[in-house]
Amino acid sequence: MSLVGRFLGREHFAPVAPGYRFLPFRFMRWSEAEVLLVNEVGESVFLPRDRFDTFVAGALDSGDRFYRSLKSRHFLLDTSSSVPIELLATKYRTRKSFLQGFVKLHLFVVTLRCDHSCPYCQVSRVGETRSRYDMSEETARRAVDLMFRSPSPALKVEIQGGEPLLHFNRIRQIVELVEEANQRENREIEFVIATNLVPLTDEILSFCRAHSILFSTSLDGPAAVHNANRPRKGNDSHARVLQNLARAREALGKDRVSAVMTTTRLSLAHPREIVDEYVRLGFDSIFLRAISPYGYAVRTGEALRYETEEFVTFFKEALDRIIEINRSGIDFVETYSQILLSKMLTPFGNGYVDLQSPGGAGIGAVAYNYDGDVYASDESRMLAEMGDHSFRLGNVHEHSYEEIFGGKALRALVASSVLESLPGCADCAFLPYCGGDPVFHYRTQGDVIGHRPTSAFCAKNMAIIRHLFDLLRHGDPFARGLLTRWATGVYSGEGEEVACP
Amino acid sequence: MSLRLQTHGSTLPHFSHVVIGRVATQPREPRGDHVLIVRGLSELSELSGYAAILTLEGLNAEQQQALEDAGIPAAFAVKDLDHLEDGDVVALHPGGYVRTLYRIRSKHNALFATDRCNSFCLMCSQPPRETDDRDRIHEHLRLLELMDPATTDLGITGGEPSLLKGDLIRLVERCKELLPATSLHILSNGRLFYYGSLARRLGLIEHPDLMMGVPLYSDLDFEHDYVVQAAGAFDETMVGLQNLARFGVPVEIRVVIHRLTYERLLELAEFIYRNLPFAAHVALMGLEMMGFAVPNREELWIDPFEYREELRASTRFLASRGMRVSIYNHQLCVVPPDAWRFCRQSISDWKNDYLPQCDDCSVRESCGGFFSSSLRHGFSRHIVPVRSTCDGSAAPGLAPSG
Repeated sequence: MSLVGRFLGREHFAPVAPGYRFLPFRFMRWSEAEVLLVNEVGESVFLPRDRFDTFVAGALDSGDRFYRSLKSRHFLLDTSSSVPIELLATKYRTRKSFLQGFVKLHLFVVTLRCDHSCPYCQVSRVGETRSRYDMSEETARRAVDLMFRSPSPALKVEIQGGEPLLHFNRIRQIVELVEEANQRENREIEFVIATNLVPLTDEILSFCRAHSILFSTSLDGPAAVHNANRPRKGNDSHARVLQNLARAREALGKDRVSAVMTTTRLSLAHPREIVDEYVRLGFDSIFLRAISPYGYAVRTGEALRYETEEFVTFFKEALDRIIEINRSGIDFVETYSQILLSKMLTPFGNGYVDLQSPGGAGIGAVAYNYDGDVYASDESRMLAEMGDHSFRLGNVHEHSYEEIFGGKALRALVASSVLESLPGCADCAFLPYCGGDPVFHYRTQGDVIGHRPTSAFCAKNMAIIRHLFDLLRHGDPFARGLLTRWATGVYSGEGEEVACP
Repeated sequence: MSLRLQTHGSTLPHFSHVVIGRVATQPREPRGDHVLIVRGLSELSELSGYAAILTLEGLNAEQQQALEDAGIPAAFAVKDLDHLEDGDVVALHPGGYVRTLYRIRSKHNALFATDRCNSFCLMCSQPPRETDDRDRIHEHLRLLELMDPATTDLGITGGEPSLLKGDLIRLVERCKELLPATSLHILSNGRLFYYGSLARRLGLIEHPDLMMGVPLYSDLDFEHDYVVQAAGAFDETMVGLQNLARFGVPVEIRVVIHRLTYERLLELAEFIYRNLPFAAHVALMGLEMMGFAVPNREELWIDPFEYREELRASTRFLASRGMRVSIYNHQLCVVPPDAWRFCRQSISDWKNDYLPQCDDCSVRESCGGFFSSSLRHGFSRHIVPVRSTCDGSAAPGLAPSG
């Protein structure tokens, strides 16, 4: 090439030292032909097997296009400069930003009473009239005080039960206490009530509208599935949800009411119908949740159980259906996939507590039970209702903020949720996308560390993340664009480009 | 067509320093800020106190002497004054050279902070000069005082403005004081912001509308360093960008696309998204055939038509991730129509041109056209008038129906 004499040739800028060093990454034999590499910040590269072998042998040529991908994405270091490591460190901080601000999600269990008798209930509900399972005024006051000790500039107050609307006076008190305290605290506050909507009244609705409260309700699918999953006197849960959903939307706004579903053995046969029901009712997303091994769900025993593979099959079929619905022109999101995809495709952190390292239990979320006991998560207090208080951090009447959030129980829990030190997770390529869930493993395997090869949590996430990678790489352009839009939250109607080596 | 930015006249023999003033075609106060354009000499009392006098007419010896005695700098028998209007700012040099520093009606005003640069880019359109021009700061500071506070946009470019260090900080401070409503756009290679102290000082000014445009040519250090002809530049720029972001200075990433950069455009877009997600804007820019780009043409030139797929993929990649992205300096007929929405009319008016065949183009009004220099030194072979098609949409190069 004819450069004029004043310029230096390319060779002056090529890597000086021969060879390269590795930056931290994990890998997984993806298929006969390929290996997946993922670095600490979730960036990925698929390598043909022979290139992988050459790469790890330290012999990949700097002219190789895979070498350039690996360098660009910070899998290798071929200079003496510290800058690539500084860039990696910045990305790492960004991914771990969920740790900033400490506890953001505060669950208030205002009562254990409920009008439903769902066999899968993750919470141990009690009859509608047993008021000794209600949170007291003083307990609520102390819990609110404790919440404001958290340094987080944003606080989410989630009111739980039982059926919390059965104890609406306490909800009203909590909302008013929080708003009063926030006059001087000046935090960004969000209120959510997790409710089956049945005890809804006009008085409740006007209060919720006045205080910008969101509703999260339970909807398991069409009437046959929903009513079988969620029995109550009269077997009319579905009809009541629909009726009150309309009222709530009317009063609060359509986007102020969301829904969660739980997958039972019965649900497994109806992925399309369940998705279609959500679409029919005008929801813009669904969270496909597997059943949790807590509370009532365990007592009712084998009848509800299913194998993880069955859930994964259900999940894939439902996801296929959701993609088809989007293809028909309706924007509709599967929330669990969205959380995973944002970790796979974006440089940003995500606040979802179950997919973090360290896990979010007790440091991202906390639950104040009706009796003042403080638990590291909703699951921890469900376990407590089964008689196991392992994850009780303290009590609002007996312990200080420092004792509760600096105590042994929480430290042990957090230490056991650091994926980088968990057997099976530490060397898994999916680590940057996943979580540890020590409470789940304690419950199902009798040990907070757990055993990944037999873990249902691990099997489910491995299968779903792998499926999402397959869709991103081999799906049709529409599906790839859709999943990218979910990850980035950008709905410009654009297709997308996945840069693959 | 190019705009006239200079003219020339005769001056008085004892006039020995550069005078800067705001153009006035009518009497204006305060006179010391203004350069008055006159037709014929009137009463001296009406001229005294002005920064200078400009006139198309010649002056006889007597008139010259009168001005000299009154201490009024003047340029007479000036070739052309039609390009000047009230509110423009000019510098009058002792040799009679009248240089336009600022045009009140333009959105492309810029301060050329220095001619020096610490990089030596293969395609530099304003090749740097090793010269001590540190005194130029006084001209810039004076110019800021004379600009219309309603000015919407102002650039600070070079050379490398950050070489001014403390004086750059002074300039930005003065911009904030004198032109608080003006968007300020600084073009810098970002390397000196590797030192957090300079980035910090800039951030502390809290200029209400500042953007730092910083070029990045590759996701790979050795490729970028080769393009800018400076080992270690990539590392300095990357750290500089992070420092600017840390201290609250909005940054724009500017990528010049040429033969050395087009192949990894998508990988660069991904690198930007992963490592610089805070960038407020990414500009993908066509090569300007000026300066070093001319002698390095063989190494650098690629017909933009040949990289249209890379351009399409990169803009879509960034836009679908919520990043603002623009295509600069490209003619619509060489860009895939689905990327037209990213194209901006980016070429400064004084160096912007079109080809004769562009007159027949249906999208000429929204097309950025060419650098005047490109029309001399080379442009795409795929320039074709875009015709409206039967269904009302437009497509490049389609012949009119019938």
